[in-house]
Amino acid sequence: MTSLDTAHDEGPSARSGASGGTAAEIVFDSVTKRYAGQEQPAVDNLSLTIGAGEICMLVGPSGAGKTTALKLINRLIDFEEGDITIDGRGVRGENVTALRRGIGYVIQQTGLFPHMTIAANIATVPRLLRWDKQRIRARIDELLELVGLEPEYAKRYPAQLSGGQRQRVGLARALAADPPVMLMDEPFGALDPITRGRLQEEFLRLHARVSKTVVFVTHDIDEAIKMGDRVCVLRQGGRLAQYDPPDVLLARPVDEFVADFVGADRGLKRLSLRRVGDLHLLPAPSARAGEDGTAARARVAEVGYETLILVDDDGRPQGMIGRDSLNGPVNASDARSIGVFGRLDMPLRDALSVMLSQAGSHLVVVDDDGRLAGLVSADLISAELAGTDASARAFDADEVPT
Amino acid sequence: MIGILAQGGSGPVIPDFGGGGAGNSCVRDNGFFCWNWFQQNWSDTFQPRLIEHIELTVVALAIGFVISFAAALFAYRYKWFDFPFTTFSAFLYTIPSLALFQVLVGITGLTLATALIPLVTYTLLILFRNTLIGLQEVPDEVREAARGMGLTRRQILWRVELPLALPAILAGLQIAAVTVVSLATVAAFVYDHGLGSPIFDAINRGTFKTELIGAGGLAILLGIASYAFFAVIQRVATPWARYRRA
Ligand SMILES: Nc1ncnc2c1ncn2[C@@H]1O[C@H](COP(=O)(O)OP(=O)(O)OP(=O)(O)O)[C@@H](O)[C@H]1O
Ligand SMILES: [Mg+2]
Repeated sequence: MTSLDTAHDEGPSARSGASGGTAAEIVFDSVTKRYAGQEQPAVDNLSLTIGAGEICMLVGPSGAGKTTALKLINRLIDFEEGDITIDGRGVRGENVTALRRGIGYVIQQTGLFPHMTIAANIATVPRLLRWDKQRIRARIDELLELVGLEPEYAKRYPAQLSGGQRQRVGLARALAADPPVMLMDEPFGALDPITRGRLQEEFLRLHARVSKTVVFVTHDIDEAIKMGDRVCVLRQGGRLAQYDPPDVLLARPVDEFVADFVGADRGLKRLSLRRVGDLHLLPAPSARAGEDGTAARARVAEVGYETLILVDDDGRPQGMIGRDSLNGPVNASDARSIGVFGRLDMPLRDALSVMLSQAGSHLVVVDDDGRLAGLVSADLISAELAGTDASARAFDADEVPT
Repeated sequence: MIGILAQGGSGPVIPDFGGGGAGNSCVRDNGFFCWNWFQQNWSDTFQPRLIEHIELTVVALAIGFVISFAAALFAYRYKWFDFPFTTFSAFLYTIPSLALFQVLVGITGLTLATALIPLVTYTLLILFRNTLIGLQEVPDEVREAARGMGLTRRQILWRVELPLALPAILAGLQIAAVTVVSLATVAAFVYDHGLGSPIFDAINRGTFKTELIGAGGLAILLGIASYAFFAVIQRVATPWARYRRA
């Protein structure tokens, strides 16, 4: 399979070369949009820099101007005040159709063409750009695979697909000409939670493979936190409330409005941003069966624990043994079950949940091979949150206001 | 009126019912349907009349479609045009066909134009409405996605909006075709053309049943055939419409 990363050389827009990759920086400079006959602007003096290759999540209450802000970028909505540049080039200076062909656009209702097959839908922009047939065909196959659809879907019509499959096609169609910028307006908003979760993860995986600057509108704060490199919170009237990485947004909302918007459980939400493997795990005292129990007991006491982890010859945890049972050689029959293990890729939120359900103060963590990696405690988790809160503060202080 | 009917009287050579010129008792007795006679007169009466009828229908439909299509595109772009054109074509639709043919004789004489003009006017309302509604019913998000991908206005019209309006347009053509086939028989009243000619001829001769039923039956079959024709076109040209969700 040809990698998407190498397909940018013939990207639709001249700007794809400018940044040396397929992503492009997007800058809003004091943009104001007022709809005709409306007192309050829909977007009010918005200034914002979205770094090349970043995913920027636009959130805010209904009517806050998210969709408006998004459509200003590809000029589906015109504006007069301020400027939007993509890799330094003002969108208003460009030919509007050329501009749009260089920007992927995905919407909640998909907007697939019902009279065209999936293949023809995906081929829309490549055809406009007059790619040759062979190249278009190859690209369709590649994209279907990328968005996880079997090749035989190419010949179907949109009405023959499920909602989730249609949304995948919408994504493939927007990616077809490998645009440096993707605009997505609540793309997963109409899907059931399970499909939405799966598509979110697949999108993140895909984004890691194809470098794109993504502006993603959602009203789901969890989606914003999960997907965004940065989250832009708009308040009523299209004014910017906060623009920060998810962790900073959760740790230090700038005001009541943002705090309310991210929710009272923002502490827990921060836990889902981190994984067990991000922590400096506590050392776990362990021993194999037959080892000297007294020495093992001393090691357990040294770190102030009550139990020893019994491991097999490969270091895989087999059970735990109370300190008081450690007399003479370590005996496997003294071991109790450990229960559920923590894993390195487990979000801290899940780790805490397992800990609570097992009524234990520690969670035994194993690595990908099932070998003992260490322990997590509730204290360790809260220390981690406090620590990164401090680093978030430092990050704020470092940041040069734009 | 009888005078005009007589104009259409260049029908097949048939004897008066009393004589036995054809040596056919069925014809002599004005039987319900004399198959032999129908067959004898197929190639010089019924077949050419049928072809004329088809030609008349196709020409009327084509002219009607061009006018309605252009008007619908205009009304799609400039909404104000919808009401006056709809009103105008609906008004034309209400005029009794026989009266319209008669009035036109005074203007355009006993010509093809006199036959065609009413036929065309009766297609306008249905073709205009169906085309316009077909275009208007294209989902907004489809139009927006097309715009967002950088299709020009014209590309959106020809590649997206019109193909999506095609089922409605074809449905309009289907109804218009059946209407025209049926009305075109009346057109023989002013222009000696099509299957209406043998029908008027049969009536003129004291209702010669075989000729009346033969020509009338062919007109009915042609109506059904044109209906079926557009049903097939619909199926072939818009395979996607079958999967459309309710
Ligand atoms: N075409 C329009 N004409 C006039 N006003 C509009 C138009 N589109 C949006 N608005 C107004 O602009 C404001 C912002 O609308 P916008 O669609 O950008 O909100 P949003 O944040 O996307 O909301 P939602 O979450 O409900 O999609 C709203 O007050 C809306 O009523
Ligand atoms: Mg919106």
